[in-house]
Amino acid sequence: MSLTAISPTMALDVLADLSTWFPRQDSQVAPESVYTFALASSIKLLVVFTLYMLGVAMLTLAERKVSAWIQDRRGPNRTGPFGLLQPVADGLKNLMKEEVRPADADKWLFIIAPMLAFIPAMLTWAVLPLASPLPTPWGLISMSVASLPVGYLFMLAISSLGVYGMVLAGWSSNNKYALLGSLRSSAQMISYEIALGMSTIPVLLLAGNVSLNAIVEQQAHMGWNVLSLTIAWFIFLVAAFAETNRLPFDLPEAEAELVAGYHTEYSGMKFSLFFIAEYANMATMSGLMSALFFGGWDIPFTRWDNEGEFTVVKTLATLATFAAKTGVFLFLFMWVRWTLPRFRYDQLMTLGWGIMLPLALGYILVIAAASLALDALGVPRGVPFSLSLLVLNIAIGAVLLWWGDRGKLLSPASARLGQVELARRRARSAAPSSMAMGAPTARTIAVAEATQDQSEPALVGAGTVSDEVTN
Amino acid sequence: MSKRTIEMAVGTAGIDAYGQPIRAPLSVRSQGALALEAPYEPELESDHMLINIGPQHPATHGVLRLVLELDGETVVRCVPHIGYLHCGFEKIGEYRQYNQIIPWTDREDYLNSIGNNVAFVLGAERLFGIEITPRCTVLRVIAMELSRIMSHLVWMGTTCIDIGAFTPFLWLYQERENLYNLLEGWVGARLTTTATRVGGMAAEIPDGWMDGLNAFIRNFPKTLNESDKMLSKNGIWMGRTVGIGALTAEEAINCGMSGAMLRASGVAYDVRKDFPYLDYETYDFDVAVGTSGDVYDRYLVRVEEMRQSIRILEQAVQRLPDGPLNVDDPRVILPPKTKATSQMESMIHHFKLVMEGPRPPIGEVYVPVESPKGEKGYYLVSDGTSKPVRWRIRPPAFVNLSAIPRMVEGHLLSDVIAINASIDIVMGEIDR
Repeated sequence: MSLTAISPTMALDVLADLSTWFPRQDSQVAPESVYTFALASSIKLLVVFTLYMLGVAMLTLAERKVSAWIQDRRGPNRTGPFGLLQPVADGLKNLMKEEVRPADADKWLFIIAPMLAFIPAMLTWAVLPLASPLPTPWGLISMSVASLPVGYLFMLAISSLGVYGMVLAGWSSNNKYALLGSLRSSAQMISYEIALGMSTIPVLLLAGNVSLNAIVEQQAHMGWNVLSLTIAWFIFLVAAFAETNRLPFDLPEAEAELVAGYHTEYSGMKFSLFFIAEYANMATMSGLMSALFFGGWDIPFTRWDNEGEFTVVKTLATLATFAAKTGVFLFLFMWVRWTLPRFRYDQLMTLGWGIMLPLALGYILVIAAASLALDALGVPRGVPFSLSLLVLNIAIGAVLLWWGDRGKLLSPASARLGQVELARRRARSAAPSSMAMGAPTARTIAVAEATQDQSEPALVGAGTVSDEVTN
Repeated sequence: MSKRTIEMAVGTAGIDAYGQPIRAPLSVRSQGALALEAPYEPELESDHMLINIGPQHPATHGVLRLVLELDGETVVRCVPHIGYLHCGFEKIGEYRQYNQIIPWTDREDYLNSIGNNVAFVLGAERLFGIEITPRCTVLRVIAMELSRIMSHLVWMGTTCIDIGAFTPFLWLYQERENLYNLLEGWVGARLTTTATRVGGMAAEIPDGWMDGLNAFIRNFPKTLNESDKMLSKNGIWMGRTVGIGALTAEEAINCGMSGAMLRASGVAYDVRKDFPYLDYETYDFDVAVGTSGDVYDRYLVRVEEMRQSIRILEQAVQRLPDGPLNVDDPRVILPPKTKATSQMESMIHHFKLVMEGPRPPIGEVYVPVESPKGEKGYYLVSDGTSKPVRWRIRPPAFVNLSAIPRMVEGHLLSDVIAINASIDIVMGEIDR
């Protein structure tokens, strides 16, 4: 039908009939009219945003409670019953605190950066299917804020925006610690985003669709992806830790090294936004992990939620299931944080580019080949198909564990420079004046030192009184 | 001698353009004037970056300042600056009687205060020529080993935090809390104990104190093993520590190192074994020795030292004899108050000891002990008056710290933190 053939009223009817926009799949449903759609979307937006922010605030309390539990402490218990009002107190404190902006900071970027960190973390949540569709008198309402047909691509696109917040925060602060932190975070997040994206390609291969609703549906029929794509889930998990800057990958804000990393100069509510963004990212990644690998809102061991008419009870039950799955991963995030030490920068890069990316790429090939082979063998797409893949995964996992060489991955001292290289790099800069204040010709000293280092390596850097005596 | 070495030796404090003190070496020719004109932030001619780790930084233990020149994240130069906590302990000591110096020893290596108390009075007693009682000897061994464990607990906890593992820190601090409770029960103070006196101890242990100690000896190894299990076989922990900041045995000796830093490099030097004091030769314990001298070996050595300390404590508890705590020598220890009111001599001793203080014979003495940080020595010179003419501390952490440029240069920024933690410094002792 050509556009010229449509009268204005007809065009409105076509637009209002959203069924032409959405394929009528089981759970990916469109409401009957554009008005219902607008109203339902607004309500969903409000409810999800409120619950999400509340949840994130509670997450900060949960983190402190979990860490206290792990560390034999009590945790916050003074503000309200069981310390439940602690997030409120924290929020009020941050609101009332003075906001300090360094004199030499880039004003606008400094202000925009916390928002850039915060908003993408929330946006991703919009495409996640939270529960089975809700039946209403006005039609089925899909239980995701925006059930985009390209939900997965949207997720990838938006989650890669988060890095801008950190880079700009570090750069605009005009602070060396912050700059180093932002450099680390940009390198880290870009590296691990690739592994993250690659690890989800097998999910798409199995689902044959980029809509998150369809991915959840597929898992309800075939069994959860964590069984058929265990290795991909593992890569996703590690990359998710890196993407959210949580231990053991919290190098951008490694407080022992870089004070507070990229948000060293931030205070008050701006700092709070970074803090919220971290937890929001955690929640988003946990939700994604549930949706992509753990069946989303699918209730395990029953087909009750997937068959027959949608009901309100089903919606609530599936919502609870999804929340429970997400909660488990949030707990995992916290558990790991209070257990493991921190990686070093070069180890992190080696892990990302040397292990995770090749593994993810190879795994895509393996899964694609295996799917083709299973289809050719006539294995039906269903539980037998998943179980066959599970066997394959166990085999690959065993090989990985067998060959997994901790020594190669975390070669600790590999990054140390030799004496000659050290002398060469030193000679590139003048002797800094805060080190050798008032030195007449700083550059000559640096050069003299460099040559001295080569001839007398025993003297390198040890400018102590004992040296003076022995010489 | 290179130019740089001269400047390092001549270094004096200056004031920079912003009125901040620069703890930076000045050359002889440019003292004062040039320092005032010095740029606030020196411009490096390359893409290298100067960065301060400390004195106000979450990773420095105390107020150590490390000026690092970074090429990317690689440290190409490191200059440590100390002196932010200088209190002049040694000079103050020249105006104090021997027993009055003991509170100052609390404050130099404040994680090892009771150990310092014991070490100082060991020196003073050798100067006085006093033999302490058997009960006092054993109690002092208990004090020193408790002190070693306390110091190592802080070291282990803070190292965990520096490398990113937070939880063991709190587990270990719980045990440290138990130890401080024990100390509080014994001498009334937790951190600044001032537990010893020349010729004895300040206080007898209270009733039931030994039960508390026994409970600690029973329970502590569990916590230690649990924390150790979290770290010593952890791939990330090993990746962060193995091969980092390694010193060979020769280098470590040439740097004058002692304690766990030296032993981790493979040199089995322990003052308790090599120059025994407090009858340490009669205790059955092993000296932990590493092989590679890296951060990981230092960690292993110190953890093992805590286990050996528990062994020593067990033996000390077994052999603690009854009997008098303080020497019966009115030159240094007050006679009983009841005698002072009935006997002329005792009253004179009271008067002399309180007004003048104990007076050692003329002489000088250097007594080293094995402190948690290494060989700590007190050097005392007496001219026969009740105050020393010279009191000098040999701070092991100062000597160990002097090798930090050699250890960190060429490593990454993160490794600087790990290496700095592994030295186990206390700035109170370094700056004195």
